[in-house]
Amino acid sequence: MNLRGIIPALTVVGFILAFWTLAVIPMNAHLTADQAQRDGLVMSPEEPRDRQAYLGLVLALKNPAIIPLTYSLDRPRLPSPHQVAAEMFETIFMKSPTSRRSLVYHGWVTLSATLLGFMIGTTLGIILAVGIVYNRTMDKSVMPWAITSQTIPILALAPMIIVMLGAIGIQGLLPKSVISAYLSFFPVVVGMVKGLRSPDGMQLDLLRTYNANANQGFWKLRLPASMPYLFASLKIGISAALVGAIVGELPTGARAGFGARILVGDQYGPLMILWAALFGAAVTAAALVGIITLIERRTLRRMGMAGTS
Amino acid sequence: MAYLIALSIWAAGWFINARLAHGPQSDTRLVSLLIPVIFGVTIIAMWQVLVTMLDVSPIILPAPSDIAARFVASTQTLWVDFKQTVIMGAMTGYIIGMVAAFAIALLADRSEFLTKGILPVGSFMAALPIVGTAPIFVKWLGSDWESKSAVVAVMVFFPILVNTVAGLKDTSGMQRDLMRTYGAGYWPTLFKLRLPAALPFIFNGLKIATTLALIGAIVAEFFGSPTVGMGFRISTSVGQLALDMVWAEIVVAALAGSAFYGLMAFIEKRVTFWHPSQR
Amino acid sequence: MTPCPTITARNLDLTFETNDGPVHALKDVALDINKGDFVSFIGPSGCGKTTFLRCIAGLETPTAGEISVNGMSPEDARRARAYGYVFQAAGLYPWRTIGGNIRLPLEIMGFSKIEQQQRVDRVMELVDLKGFSKKFPWQLSGGMQQRASIARALAFDADILLMDEPFGALDEIVRDHLNEQLLKLWARTEKTIAFVTHSIPEAVYLSTKIVVMSPRPGRITDVIDSPLPKDRPLDIRDSAEFIEIAHRVRDGLRAGHVDD
Repeated sequence: MNLRGIIPALTVVGFILAFWTLAVIPMNAHLTADQAQRDGLVMSPEEPRDRQAYLGLVLALKNPAIIPLTYSLDRPRLPSPHQVAAEMFETIFMKSPTSRRSLVYHGWVTLSATLLGFMIGTTLGIILAVGIVYNRTMDKSVMPWAITSQTIPILALAPMIIVMLGAIGIQGLLPKSVISAYLSFFPVVVGMVKGLRSPDGMQLDLLRTYNANANQGFWKLRLPASMPYLFASLKIGISAALVGAIVGELPTGARAGFGARILVGDQYGPLMILWAALFGAAVTAAALVGIITLIERRTLRRMGMAGTS
Repeated sequence: MAYLIALSIWAAGWFINARLAHGPQSDTRLVSLLIPVIFGVTIIAMWQVLVTMLDVSPIILPAPSDIAARFVASTQTLWVDFKQTVIMGAMTGYIIGMVAAFAIALLADRSEFLTKGILPVGSFMAALPIVGTAPIFVKWLGSDWESKSAVVAVMVFFPILVNTVAGLKDTSGMQRDLMRTYGAGYWPTLFKLRLPAALPFIFNGLKIATTLALIGAIVAEFFGSPTVGMGFRISTSVGQLALDMVWAEIVVAALAGSAFYGLMAFIEKRVTFWHPSQR
Repeated sequence: MTPCPTITARNLDLTFETNDGPVHALKDVALDINKGDFVSFIGPSGCGKTTFLRCIAGLETPTAGEISVNGMSPEDARRARAYGYVFQAAGLYPWRTIGGNIRLPLEIMGFSKIEQQQRVDRVMELVDLKGFSKKFPWQLSGGMQQRASIARALAFDADILLMDEPFGALDEIVRDHLNEQLLKLWARTEKTIAFVTHSIPEAVYLSTKIVVMSPRPGRITDVIDSPLPKDRPLDIRDSAEFIEIAHRVRDGLRAGHVDD
C-alpha cells in the first residue's frame, strides 16, 4: 500500500474531521449559552426565549466567549472529536475488559455474535450455492428467492427472531447469531453462484476435452474462479452481520453489546456512551472489512488473480 | 402425522419442480416464473400444516392463515404505517441522499484528487452501521419521520456517491480524445459522453440504495418513533407477542421493497437499453 | 496541381516520461504533406506513427521542433475544425443510433438542426450506409461500424482526415472492400488524408506518398512518392510496379530493424 495513494483519501478524511470540529460550535451554541448564563456569564440576548430565534452560528458570534465552551459540554448536541476520542480511550484502555463499563467488553459481546453468525451463514451459503450450481431444480426454485431476498428488508425480522427464539428458551448469543447468519447468508449465496458460474465457455470446453468429471471441474476451475466474487460477498456479508447483531440487541433491552450501549446512552445517559458505542461499532466494522480485504489480497495474489480487487 | 403430511407436500412440490426444471419448456419465462412460485407455495403449505397440526403457539410462529386474516383485518393500520415509514421516511430520505450524492459526485468530478480521495472513503463509510445514528438524529430532529428520513439519506448517500463517481471515471481515453478533436469543453463532454456512459453504474447504486432506504427507515424506528410506522409497529407488536401483526408488517415491507427495487430496475432497463447487460 | 503544404513538420521531437524511463517517441521528424495527398505512415510498433498523427491533431505536444496545420498551430487548427479523426476502434456511443452518432460532432460544433440532418444524410450516402440511420451500433457489423465512424469524421467538412489503423480489426475481405471505398471517397471529396497502418499492401495501395518509420527512437527512414495512377482497381496489387514499391517499403522497414 503506497503512501502517495493514501494522500487523497487522508485529505478527504481530514476535511470531514475539520468540518465536524467546526460544526460543534453552531450545534452546541444554544446549550452552551444556557449553561454559561447559569454560571454567571452575561449573554446577549439575555432571555433564553429570545435566543431561540437566533441561528447557532450567529449566537456564537455574538457571544464569542462561549465558543471554547462549546467543546466541553456534558451533554452536547454534537460532541467534538476530542470528546468522543477521550470517551473511547477511557472505556477501551482505562477499564478492565471484563467490566460492564468497558467498550471492549461490549464490543466483544456484539462481535462474538457477529462472527458466529457470519461463519454459519457463509458456510451454509457456500453449500447452497454449490447446490444451486449443480442441481437444476434447486437453481430454478431457490435462486430467484435468494435474489429477491436482497430487495426485501429482512433486517426487519430481527426483533421477531429474538422473541421467537426467546419463547423456546434460546437467549443471549444464539438469537443474535441467527440474525447475523441469515443476513450474511443471502449475499454469499448470490455472489458465490455468480462466481462458480463465472468461467467462460472456452474454459469449460477445455475441461471436457480432458474428460474431467464434475468433481474435478469444481475443485480445479469453478472454485478458484469464484474467489474474487466470494470475497466481495464476504465483505458485504460481514457488515450486514454486524448490523444484524447490533439490531438484535435492541428489542429485548439487552444489557450488553454495542446496540445495548447505544440504547443506554440514548435513554439513560451519559450521552457519550452512545457516541462511543457508535464509533466503536464503526471501528469494528472497518476492522472486519479490513481483515477480509487483507486475506483477499493475500489469497488472490497467491492465485495470480491480484488485479481483480 | 403432521410431519408426514408436511414431508409429502415437500416431496410433491419438489417433484413438480424437478419435472418442470428438466422439462422441454424449462427456459421459458412462464416456467421460470412458475417454479419459484411453486417452491414458495410449498413452503407456505408446509408451514400451515406443521403449525396448525402440531399446535405451535402463536407467540412462536403464527400460521399463514392467521397472518392473512390479520392482514385483512388491519389494512388501515398497515396503510398508515406504510405511509409513515415508506413514503415519509424512506422515499424522502432516498431523494435527499440521491440529490446530495449526485451533487458531490459532480463536484468531485472536476478534480482527480478529490475523486481518488472520495472513492475509498465513501466505500468505507458505506460499510459502517449507519442505522446506529438513529437516536442521534432523533435528538436533533425529533422523533417523527424527519429523523428517519435523515438516517436514510445518510445511508443511501455513500453507495450512490461511490457508484456515480466510479461511473463518471469510466470513459476510455479514446472516447475523451474524440471529444477533444471536436473541441468540446467540459460541459458538452459531460452531458454527451460521460453521463450516459455512467448510467449503468449510477443505476447499480440506485438499486442498492432502494433496499437500504427501506431497511434504514424501519430499523431507525426500532430506536424510537412516534406512534406510527412499520418499525414502531413491529417492535411494539413483538413486545405484545402479537407476532401475526409482525408478519403482516413484514409482508408489507417485502412487497414495498421488491416494488421499489423493481421500479428502479424498470427505469434502468428503459434508460440503459443499450448496455450489454440489458440486451 | 501546385503542391502547397497543408501540414508541415520540422525538427519535430517528442520524448515521453514513463515509469520505465524516458521514451524517445519522435526524433527530428521533418515532413511536408500537400493538399490532396493521401499519405500512409507505416512501421512496427513504437516507431512513432500514431504519435505523429496525434501531434498533427494536437492531442500530443512535441517537446521540440514545430508543426503547422493549414498554417496554424495544431491547437488552433483543431479549434477551427480543420480535421476529422478516425480511431482504431469505431468508438460509437451505444446509446445513440447511427444517425445520432454521426450527429455528435455537429451538435457540439453548433450546426443548425436542418443542416445536421442534411449533413448526416449526405455522409451516410458517401460511406454507403444509407438506410441504417435508425439502427444502433451493436446491430451493425464491425466493418459497418467503422464506416459509420468515418462518416462521423466527414460530417463537418474538415479538409483533413487523420486515420489511425481504422481497418486493423477487420477481416481481409472487408478490409479490401473498405480500402476501395476509401479511395473512391478520397477521389470524390479531394481531402488530405494521413493514414497509419501496419499493412504494407494497404499502405502501397492507398497512398500517393508512403512514409516508412522505425522505432527507438521513432524516426522517418524513407519517404516514397508513389508513381501509381490515382485511379486504382484492386488488382493493381499484382502489377510489377506495385510489387516494386512494396519491396522498397519492406527494405525501409528492415533497415529500421537493423538497430535491434
